[in-house]
Amino acid sequence: MQEPDFRGDNHWLTRPATIKLLWRISSIALVLLVLTDLAVEKHAHFGIDELPGFSAWFGFAACVVLVLTSKAIGVLLKRPDTYYDD
Amino acid sequence: MMTSTFVQPALVLIAGGLLLPLIRGALRSAWLLVIPLIAAYLVAIVPDGTAVTTSFLGQQLTIVKGDNLSRLFAMVFAIATFAGALFALNQRRTSELSAAFVYAGSAIGACFAGDLISLFVFWEAMAIASTIVLWSNGPNARGAGLRYAALHFLGGTILMAGIAGEFAATGSLAFDRMDASTTPRCLILSGFLINAAATPLSAWLPDAYPEASWSGMVFLSAFTTKTAVYVMIRGFPGTEILIWIGLAMVFYGIVYAILENDMRRILAYSIVNQVGFMVVGVGIGTEMALNGASAHAFTHIIYKALLLMSAGSVLYMTGMRKCTDLGGLFRTMPVTTTCGIIGALSISSFPLTSGFVSKSLVIEGAAQEHMKIVWLLLQAASAGVFLHAGIKFPWFVFFQKDSGLRPSEPPWNMRAAMILCSALCIGLGVMPQLLYAQLPFKVDYAPYTTSHIIGQLQLLLFSGLAFFLMLDLLKRTMTITLDVDWLWRRLGWNVLSWFDTMVGRWWAITTRKVSAASLTALARIQQYHGQGGMFGRTWPTGTMAFWMTVMLGAFLILAYI
Repeated sequence: MQEPDFRGDNHWLTRPATIKLLWRISSIALVLLVLTDLAVEKHAHFGIDELPGFSAWFGFAACVVLVLTSKAIGVLLKRPDTYYDD
Repeated sequence: MMTSTFVQPALVLIAGGLLLPLIRGALRSAWLLVIPLIAAYLVAIVPDGTAVTTSFLGQQLTIVKGDNLSRLFAMVFAIATFAGALFALNQRRTSELSAAFVYAGSAIGACFAGDLISLFVFWEAMAIASTIVLWSNGPNARGAGLRYAALHFLGGTILMAGIAGEFAATGSLAFDRMDASTTPRCLILSGFLINAAATPLSAWLPDAYPEASWSGMVFLSAFTTKTAVYVMIRGFPGTEILIWIGLAMVFYGIVYAILENDMRRILAYSIVNQVGFMVVGVGIGTEMALNGASAHAFTHIIYKALLLMSAGSVLYMTGMRKCTDLGGLFRTMPVTTTCGIIGALSISSFPLTSGFVSKSLVIEGAAQEHMKIVWLLLQAASAGVFLHAGIKFPWFVFFQKDSGLRPSEPPWNMRAAMILCSALCIGLGVMPQLLYAQLPFKVDYAPYTTSHIIGQLQLLLFSGLAFFLMLDLLKRTMTITLDVDWLWRRLGWNVLSWFDTMVGRWWAITTRKVSAASLTALARIQQYHGQGGMFGRTWPTGTMAFWMTVMLGAFLILAYI
């Protein structure tokens, strides 16, 4: 018989204050990253990748498009996970 | 037939696997670890050029032919076997490990095969051995294993048809660079593509692999698809259609992984996605892109094994696979979580990990050829990889919510295997020259330029931002997503059931009609020949004698006329 294990409840990583702090640090990191991008000389291959912060907005937009496309496909093709069981 | 000191590395693994059931106790663990190391050593010393030939049915077969490309793939197969065996030491089903070694050995054999017949033999041995790895997981894997085997034997048949056609047309069985210009060569390429899980027949992979055991999927992820990438690099570099097939695989993997709930199916879809990058590299076909495809296969095998080991550890300790059941495991599984994250960062091509130094070669290959659309799609896909595997896997398994599960870390050997793979992922990321020196062509590329690092970090971190902003849309549901395997799992089944019903009905009607007709016929026979029937009556002897006399008389008269 295993004893109930309460290790890790109210873990510091799960506290709202920590999560808020993580969001703040990440936001600052993202802003700094884009600012650095403006300062660095680029070795662009095509016109579009010379635009300021190209990778940042392109990556973000790609993810939004991919998630929305997936959701749309999901509406058509998703089935309960017991679909093939019967 | 053989040079004096040379042993085919494939045979060591195959023999090691076949002898495994005879070995028990502590020796078994030692055997499992030493055999792959011997194979790795033998791979390293395979010389350039033809080393072993034999004749078979009047044909000269080249069983071992070495160069950088074949050694690179064979070496990573040996490494994956060692890491997988270390991870699987406490797998009690010997049939799985035995088959896994035969499977790995056949994959190495395929890498060194210098002619199409030797290649085909190892190709089919892989299909059989991998099916046994799957089936070793018990009754739940039976259906998936059968579907897996059926598709791979179909692929093998197509490959054999191509080989026969190629031989008939050219008289040569040599496995060298080809172009997809003749029907037999298209068949050979199709056989290769089926094993690469190429679109539209990708469904076999996410259908079958996740049904293997916690250790079985680590082995399965390494060999089949990457052997297919290897043979395409050797046989069909620069075949343009591969660019588009590869891109389709890349986006298929992302979309299906985003919708998936089972953690190991997420990783299975991401195998298709990653192999897609390699197939694009083969399609571009320049030295840069082929180096990229080879390097990416090498790093991918290691980080995918790592990801599947961390997922396998979770499965081993909790018995659960679905994201909806998991979450919050970082509290009690810090090593598994950390290693899982390192694998996730590597697959996302994070700077300082192995994926960064390998995938960049493929993308750079597209840029050098001024393929703008391909380049943009590959960049978008790189963002998507971080989304579907890089964050999604660790987030939903180890963080997300508190599932209440408090599993402890897996046994030491499983942790050791994960730490080994993590070290390889970071080691290759920090020292890319180690890998670049082994590639088929000379590498003139520096991955770590400031603009490349900044660009990649932006791409990935803003994908991360997108993930957390759209978390509500990404919430897991208890669903699967239909794929082309619906055709044979549902449509085919339904057609069969319909046919069954129809035949049943037709049979019922026919038997009814036939029996009614035969009853009528019987009644008629009864009427004439039965008791009291005209022909059934007993006639008096006198009447018989009279009629006989009449007939004989008539005969006599007729004879004289």
